[in-house]
Amino acid sequence: MKRSLVVVVFFLLLGVGWEVLYRLKIWSPVLVPSPVTVGEYLIGAVRDGTMWQATVVTMKRLLIGYLLSIVFGVPLGLLTARFKFVEDTLGVLALGLQTLPSVCWIPLALLWYGQTENAMLFVVVMGSLWSILIATDNGVRTVPPIYARAARTMGSKRMHTWIKVILPASLPFIVSGMKQGWGFAWRSLMGAEIYVTILTGFGLGHLLHYGRELNAMEQVIGVMLVIIVIGVLADKILFAPWEKFLYRRWGTAQN
Amino acid sequence: MTVAQEITNVPPEKLTIEGVSKSFKTRRATVHALDKVSLQIHEGEFVCLVGQSGCGKSTLLNIIAGLEFPDEGRVLADGQPVTGPGRERMVMFQEHALFPWLDVLDNVMFGLKLKPNLKRHERREVAQYYLKLVGLEKFTHANVHELSGGMKQRVALARALAPNPRVLLMDEPFAALDAMTREQLYGDIQAIWAKRRKTIIFVTHNVREAACLGDRVVLFSPNPGRIQEQFVVDLPRPRDINSVELARFSTEIREALKRYMKPETTESAE
Repeated sequence: MKRSLVVVVFFLLLGVGWEVLYRLKIWSPVLVPSPVTVGEYLIGAVRDGTMWQATVVTMKRLLIGYLLSIVFGVPLGLLTARFKFVEDTLGVLALGLQTLPSVCWIPLALLWYGQTENAMLFVVVMGSLWSILIATDNGVRTVPPIYARAARTMGSKRMHTWIKVILPASLPFIVSGMKQGWGFAWRSLMGAEIYVTILTGFGLGHLLHYGRELNAMEQVIGVMLVIIVIGVLADKILFAPWEKFLYRRWGTAQN
Repeated sequence: MTVAQEITNVPPEKLTIEGVSKSFKTRRATVHALDKVSLQIHEGEFVCLVGQSGCGKSTLLNIIAGLEFPDEGRVLADGQPVTGPGRERMVMFQEHALFPWLDVLDNVMFGLKLKPNLKRHERREVAQYYLKLVGLEKFTHANVHELSGGMKQRVALARALAPNPRVLLMDEPFAALDAMTREQLYGDIQAIWAKRRKTIIFVTHNVREAACLGDRVVLFSPNPGRIQEQFVVDLPRPRDINSVELARFSTEIREALKRYMKPETTESAE
């Protein structure tokens, strides 16, 4: 209770400081608009539906791409951990591709798919797939062998051991990999949306870019705030429950 | 086979270990963990394997469990060769090996879920019965990390007992616990053994523990791992680890153990 009060007071002060800076007129209001103007823009954008539409477009890209990354990343990570051959081929490839900053995929995606949804999905998948794969692989490798031994004495065999023992045992790693993957995907998608106009839908990045084109700083800042809020909410909705579970069961804070 | 033989024919031993040898290759040398070890274990017997570290007693336990395989020789369970792990022979490890992603009840149910012909609520009842047996019925939904070391080993015991194996293989299960907790568990394990009529093979380097628990104490020597001597402990049960008779017995075993100790390994047996 006391801590949330601290948070509220801090942000209130931040807002007040901003307004004071604006009123001091040190910088042109074109560069530093009042927080009130930003608020007005946000209310307007929410009222006329542009904000909602842009958010839906962006979130759809992100969620579908991210889901694909998990669906492929986790099983592939299990495979690289299990089979030497897959480790030496796909594992090495994944390691290499993960070091590539995910925005670097954007030019390639645009050339391959044009200014379409598929290009965006591709960017999201490339951003998150490899870190999820590698985290799963790492997780499996750090599972204490005694778990599998204990399970085998209780009659657990191959597939059962993998699904019921190895996979849950590596959950702390998988969740942190998923979180990292989410971060990469989110960043690269924003990069792509700002970088090029995607003809099949205007996302938040597009809205941000247009703010610049129109020299509308209140729009730029307003959209940035929305992007921050979405990031925070995603963390709370997607990852907090998992982390809570891990904390409760394992008794240690992961990450 | 004559009629006389047929009539007096005794059923096969619960466990027969026939000339089992096993060696491991490390970078520096080949370790002969076991060298032509043979041992018979009867149904319902409590056998303790004692020896200093590296004498192959844990290796033998793993081979009986079916987790490892001998280079030579074989292990028969009820007259059948052991080809892999089986529910009939459950293992309790030195580390509790409980699964942190499951709560206490689900840990105990893990083996039960792999046992066919059991309904959901039946599994639950069985698991709860064993949790009660180890005195943890109040901790059904606790998380593993919330339990003390002794409680964790009790859950591990309940988990090993739950699928109702005939044989229980215990690999220094109490070694990591404090003395007080260990003494409680000596009582518990004897009570459970008497109540559930299990065949137990118990590996330890603690001579007193072996004398307290075992019907028979089998003494191993290292390099290569061999059985040197066997002691039948005919003290009445339940036995108290601190009793004078037991002390006399364990002294005798300890003297024998010292004779077989190899000087190059310095770790002493208690």
